[in-house]
Amino acid sequence: MASAAVSHRTAEAPQTADPLVSVEGLSVDFATPRGTIHALRDISLEVPKGKVLGLVGESGCGKSTLAYSMIGLLAENARVAGGAIRMGGQDLAHLKPKAWRDLRGTRIAMIFQDPMTSLNPVTTIGKQMIDIQYREPISRSEKRARAIEFLEQVQLPDAAAKLDVYPHQLSGGMRQRVCIAMALLTRPDLLIADEPTTALDATLELQIVTLLRELQETFGCSVLFVSHHLGTVAELCDEVAVMYAGEVVERGHVREVFHAPRHPYTQALFDCDPARIRQATRQLPTIPGTLPDLRQPPAGCAFRARCSKAFGRCAAEHPPLHAAGPGQVARCHLNDPAEDVA
Amino acid sequence: MTDATQSPLPEPGLLARSLSVLSGNRTGVIGFVLVALIVGSAILAPWIVPYDPTAIMTGPRMAPPSAEHWLGTDNIGRDIFSRVIAGGRIAMLVAAASLTAALSAGLLLGLIAGLGPRWLDNLLLLVFDALRSFPTIVFGLAVVTIIGPSLFTVMLVVAITSVPIYARIVRTQTLALKNAEFILAERAMGVGLPRLLFVHVLPNVLGPLLILASMDVPLVIATEAGLSFLGMGVRPPTPSWGVILNDGYNFIRNSPWPVIGGSIPIILVTLGFTFMGEALRDIFDPKLRKAG
Amino acid sequence: MSLLEVTDLRIRYARQGRLKAALRRESHDFEAVCGVSFTLEPGQTLGLVGESGSGKSTIARTLIGLKKSSGGSIRFDGAEISQASGRDWARLRREMSMMWQDPVGSLSPRLTVKSLVTEPLRINGLPAGRTEAERLLGLVGLPAEFATRYPHQLSGGQARRVGVARALALDPKLLIADEPTAGLDMSVQGEVLNLLAEVQARSGVAIVIITHNLNLVRHVTDQMAIMYLGRFVEQGPTEQVFAHPRHPYTKALLAANPEPDPEARHERVALSGEVPSPVNRPSGCDFHPRCPWAREACAAKEPGWTEESGRGHRCLFPL
Repeated sequence: MASAAVSHRTAEAPQTADPLVSVEGLSVDFATPRGTIHALRDISLEVPKGKVLGLVGESGCGKSTLAYSMIGLLAENARVAGGAIRMGGQDLAHLKPKAWRDLRGTRIAMIFQDPMTSLNPVTTIGKQMIDIQYREPISRSEKRARAIEFLEQVQLPDAAAKLDVYPHQLSGGMRQRVCIAMALLTRPDLLIADEPTTALDATLELQIVTLLRELQETFGCSVLFVSHHLGTVAELCDEVAVMYAGEVVERGHVREVFHAPRHPYTQALFDCDPARIRQATRQLPTIPGTLPDLRQPPAGCAFRARCSKAFGRCAAEHPPLHAAGPGQVARCHLNDPAEDVA
Repeated sequence: MTDATQSPLPEPGLLARSLSVLSGNRTGVIGFVLVALIVGSAILAPWIVPYDPTAIMTGPRMAPPSAEHWLGTDNIGRDIFSRVIAGGRIAMLVAAASLTAALSAGLLLGLIAGLGPRWLDNLLLLVFDALRSFPTIVFGLAVVTIIGPSLFTVMLVVAITSVPIYARIVRTQTLALKNAEFILAERAMGVGLPRLLFVHVLPNVLGPLLILASMDVPLVIATEAGLSFLGMGVRPPTPSWGVILNDGYNFIRNSPWPVIGGSIPIILVTLGFTFMGEALRDIFDPKLRKAG
Repeated sequence: MSLLEVTDLRIRYARQGRLKAALRRESHDFEAVCGVSFTLEPGQTLGLVGESGSGKSTIARTLIGLKKSSGGSIRFDGAEISQASGRDWARLRREMSMMWQDPVGSLSPRLTVKSLVTEPLRINGLPAGRTEAERLLGLVGLPAEFATRYPHQLSGGQARRVGVARALALDPKLLIADEPTAGLDMSVQGEVLNLLAEVQARSGVAIVIITHNLNLVRHVTDQMAIMYLGRFVEQGPTEQVFAHPRHPYTKALLAANPEPDPEARHERVALSGEVPSPVNRPSGCDFHPRCPWAREACAAKEPGWTEESGRGHRCLFPL
């Protein structure tokens, strides 16, 4: 599997010298009446400056929880059980509400899956866009001009006229463009996008992804792009982290991970994507088995029960993130040099 | 295949869920206990009253509370505690009968409005709003002048004024369900109207309705007490809480006990049913259940 | 003889009240599906592909008899059904069934799985007991102990299986599946599609799959039709359409459902603009305002349906 695609590339490591955000051993628990769910366990990753990091995984893998923890919007029953999220000398995992209010909407902004619910339905687009610039020491007409400028940036046709419409008068794709414009208005360092294209049709999805790519290059901000859709991640991201059952199981440059996945879960996930299967088939691949119960995460590898390559060590020993290639790590014993020899 | 063989989610049953909600909810427990006491005493009233609630006694009049008369006696020597217990029976009877009538009628009209043709929906809404626009007491007084004061009049007034509230809620719920995929799926399978209504629509609108009805019990009892207080409801000497209050009010300068005795149960009923309704909502609310 | 033969099907939706429409001198309804024709043979699968507003789900509802057509004909098993009476439908609903988009939301929430899968039997006065429930659950690979569960206790994939079991209860000739993989994780999507293929191989049921996901259509359908604004813009054997799309919209949709390959990033045809409203159709070709290959003639002339060697398209300048 260690293919030529990896070896001929002189890839820089994803751990750039100076990441924008670095998550260090983050663990998050949820208290529920049926017990404590260990939703995130020992997550370590870095959001590089000026790059797009994709967060991929199936439902229940914890990718949204991780995204929400990076903007301090975890549910009330969530508790940071350990680790830190470092950004510019601050630890986002243990920030006071007041400090969060200063950070959100200035250095960190977020766009959501459903643009209708993140816009205020009873106020015009223009008023909402002017209001969120309350921190800027500029006049109202300047704020208005800036709002128009940003709506043009997101390629909303007839931007000036759109200031006077209400969210429901726009289509889903246009609403998502407005949300992106609002998120970028404050020129954040980090833009978190939680499944921003899932509610959109395929052709609009491609439009929004292309737009995000262009804007990221223009503004130079970092983007954390959460998605279950491998196609859009391939399209947009520089780096990718694959999550399974509350852990990062593999991360690296998107090219390496997509061309030569080194964790059996990543491989299985890619095999399941019908877009990757060139020959028409009536028998599609699946991943047998189910997610482990996150109230009692398994002692060894979390994917062991569903893994076709599992062996003795997987049950006994929780695999660390092994180096799996240039700038690529995978939480699988098969990447342990010791196993290669054996 | 594999997804299918997943072990069942441990889903707590109704009892377990109720207990878990109540364990973190002291007011809910208070509500259930109060309601149990009130309903229990209402049912058992004839056997547990220490004295005949309507018998005029030769003993002390306007007496303060004592070991023999827990809430004292009134101006003609009747035991107030016995009258309060017996009054509870009347109050519960009114609440049960009028709310059952209002629920049934509201359910029927709401289903018709929600599922029927547009013009019928509009017409029914107009009727509901017209009925709602009368203040309950004023409407009650009007009905009393027409058919005369009696226990039945009270129940009729309460039922008629409550129907529009329930009907509107059922209508809203039905409209939402009408386009739910499972209803479309049932229709596509050719399900008959009775089965569609009673198996698929009704059970899904009943829950919120019953919770609301439980919270409405105090309102109904207050209406009954109010009308009776004004002499437009239950006629003396039948011991309704409103009648007790009215009797006591005339002699409040001599002794406050009849008024106090008449008010305590009304306060307890209000608290009990409101707390219980809130706890029921927590137990049955599907959103909270999902989070659990 | 084809099992299903749809010719020039038209379906209208109300847009505003008739009185209001008359006062405004506008039409009170609009055509959501305008002139769609296709046939389906027993044992075959047809994919109807389109984005939201293309009219694909409207066709499904009309086929299953929940929405009246306003024109054209639908022949099922040799008989015209577009004007069928209530009594005809009681019989027809035994021969066609539908899988709905929302795996959990399409199951009546207060019924157990046992009652849910046997519901079609019960409606038709057939025995609907434990034996039948277990047979149907076995058909879709669910263990018998699922019979006592309620929909909210099921995962998406499990609920989907219950939906399949219910749709198969009466051994229908036609199964309409509206977005059968919607809301399911990638690793579960395959399970559901494999199950459908298995059922088809065993019982010879004809399937109409309605979806926006071209990748799915590629693997499970024999024929496919691409819809845009209530019309077919292209139709043909799935393999051929994938190999050589003739209509620009088909090509754009194929590009929008890409193989996840970071190297192929810059070869996409990104469409500009959004789907117009069926109330205000563009002049000429419906697709010309968004078409990267549009020419002057496209705005003026409405393209007709061109059929050649088993394939068809609606484009003046096919690719």
